[in-house]
Amino acid sequence: MKILKIMFKNSMRHKLRTSLTILGISVAVIAFIVMRSIVSAWDVGVEAAAADRVIVRNSVSFIFPIPYAYKDKLEKIDGVKRVTWANWFGGVYKEKENFFGRLAVDHNTFLDVYPEFLITPDEKKMFMEDIQSCIIGEATANQFNIKKGDIVTLQGDIYPGNWDFKVAAVYKPRDKITDATGMYFRWDYLNERLEKESPDRANDAGWYVLQVNDPKQIAAISQKVDNYFKNSAAATKTESERAFNQGFISSSSAILTAMNVVSFVIIGIIMLVLGNTMIMSARERTREYSVLKTLGFSGKHLTGLILGESLLISLIGGTVGLLLGEMVVTGLGQVVPKTIFPLLEVTTLNTILAMVAALLTGFIASIFPIHKAVNTKIVDGFRFVG
Amino acid sequence: MSTLIEVTNLQKSYWRNNIEIPVLNKLNLGVESGEFLALMGPSGSGKTTLLNLIAGIDRPTEGKITIDGSDIAKMSESNLAKWRSANIGFIFQFYNLIPVLTAYENVELPLLLTKLKKDERKKHVETALTIVGLGDRMHHSPKQLSGGQEQRVAIARAIVTDPLILVADEPTGDLDKNSATEILNLMEKLNKEYKKTIVMVTHDPHAAERAGRILHLEKGELVKETV
Repeated sequence: MKILKIMFKNSMRHKLRTSLTILGISVAVIAFIVMRSIVSAWDVGVEAAAADRVIVRNSVSFIFPIPYAYKDKLEKIDGVKRVTWANWFGGVYKEKENFFGRLAVDHNTFLDVYPEFLITPDEKKMFMEDIQSCIIGEATANQFNIKKGDIVTLQGDIYPGNWDFKVAAVYKPRDKITDATGMYFRWDYLNERLEKESPDRANDAGWYVLQVNDPKQIAAISQKVDNYFKNSAAATKTESERAFNQGFISSSSAILTAMNVVSFVIIGIIMLVLGNTMIMSARERTREYSVLKTLGFSGKHLTGLILGESLLISLIGGTVGLLLGEMVVTGLGQVVPKTIFPLLEVTTLNTILAMVAALLTGFIASIFPIHKAVNTKIVDGFRFVG
Repeated sequence: MSTLIEVTNLQKSYWRNNIEIPVLNKLNLGVESGEFLALMGPSGSGKTTLLNLIAGIDRPTEGKITIDGSDIAKMSESNLAKWRSANIGFIFQFYNLIPVLTAYENVELPLLLTKLKKDERKKHVETALTIVGLGDRMHHSPKQLSGGQEQRVAIARAIVTDPLILVADEPTGDLDKNSATEILNLMEKLNKEYKKTIVMVTHDPHAAERAGRILHLEKGELVKETV
């Protein structure tokens, strides 16, 4: 018989109480994992940012355009390898609820600056040759059953009218953090029609994206760009793509912070539940601890028994919670549209955090019972009536 | 026979609400090796306190307790725990078996603190349980045993490390007459056949008769000795 066996038998002494405690820890870990996964999914945009890309936008606001004429000047700035640009199109695909990003992009440079969108050479050829063509991410294509060669019609809101596009490619994301939900069509198609229908809105870019030779030079290049256009009709604000994306999600930061806090509060609550269970167990066994001490068991042995039992319960609860949490997150990932959370998964960091939190809960919950068991005099323990 | 337990000027007081309650008062006592000693007296006379002090599970306020040449009052907690595991076998009134462990596992408990290997422990446990007549009940849980059988398991647990002294606090106090007789027979056997030194606290004159010497305590002092 080993000490481990006594620990296990002790933990199973009140099966219902232990099961409910394990269930409580599992539920807490599930909630923790789901919340942390959502927070992590929110941050995917930041993680997906390329180190060598710089965003140039209107200094007043992202919604104001920048003249197309800036392109030549941007290309001439030292350290800039490529310049591409895009306009946010908006629009509605069949129903207002069918949300995914729709952007007009420069077909000549877009795929070079964004190599994470993978299409075949033939598809690229079609995108280059047909002004009405577009490429769509596979997540959106799968969601709306859109196939290569299909005509996709958008009802414009920022740019009124019906807009037809021919799907040249369903692009694949290079990796898990690449957005597979976007629709990108040719900027020249948008601009040509604007020149005819609303000439005053033509020849504008929503923002520019600069690909730089050396990411270390981003700060210097950004400053150079902003200084260059400081006294122009549209002053610019230039920053790394990572900083730009961070700014974009910062509007949700209060919600994210709240979710982060709540996820840890849940762990705190379950710590109290497990602590209560351990205190009750230790209290019931006050006489037994005195018996063990009488037999020669030391404070270290009792510490091992109580801590081990607490860690065993939290480990089982944590593992069950983690497995169920992974199933819940996977299920959510399938139900929630990719446009909301392109990558909803349980990350290694969150797995480690959940297990550490569960074990830490077990550790902290055992401190008081250990203190009591070790410091109660043997004779007082025998007099104890629980 | 040599003196195994020597108690000199032993005092023990408890404090309740800043009031000192004396329990043992300058008590002197000697117990020979192989002796069966019974401690009797009314409730509050200090007999259980004396037993606890001899067993090293309580500390004296003053005085000296020398057992087999070692002054146990001066030992640190950890040394005292090691000393207890090697030298004392404790038999309780309410058996105090661990309910989730079988008879075998309960008896094996003190051996987990030794360096004995599994098969050696098994040999010791089986021997102890056979001595107390429970060789066929090894894998029963305490719930599946009668009160007398539980006490016999507790005795097996007390003797499994082959200690110098067995201390018993009202070992028959919770048993019916027949079971009590069985337990007293067993203790007598341990004393006579296995030469175990036994110090037993009891209220029961019939139980005390089994001892070679009876000491009567009153208000923390030895008042009478019967041989």
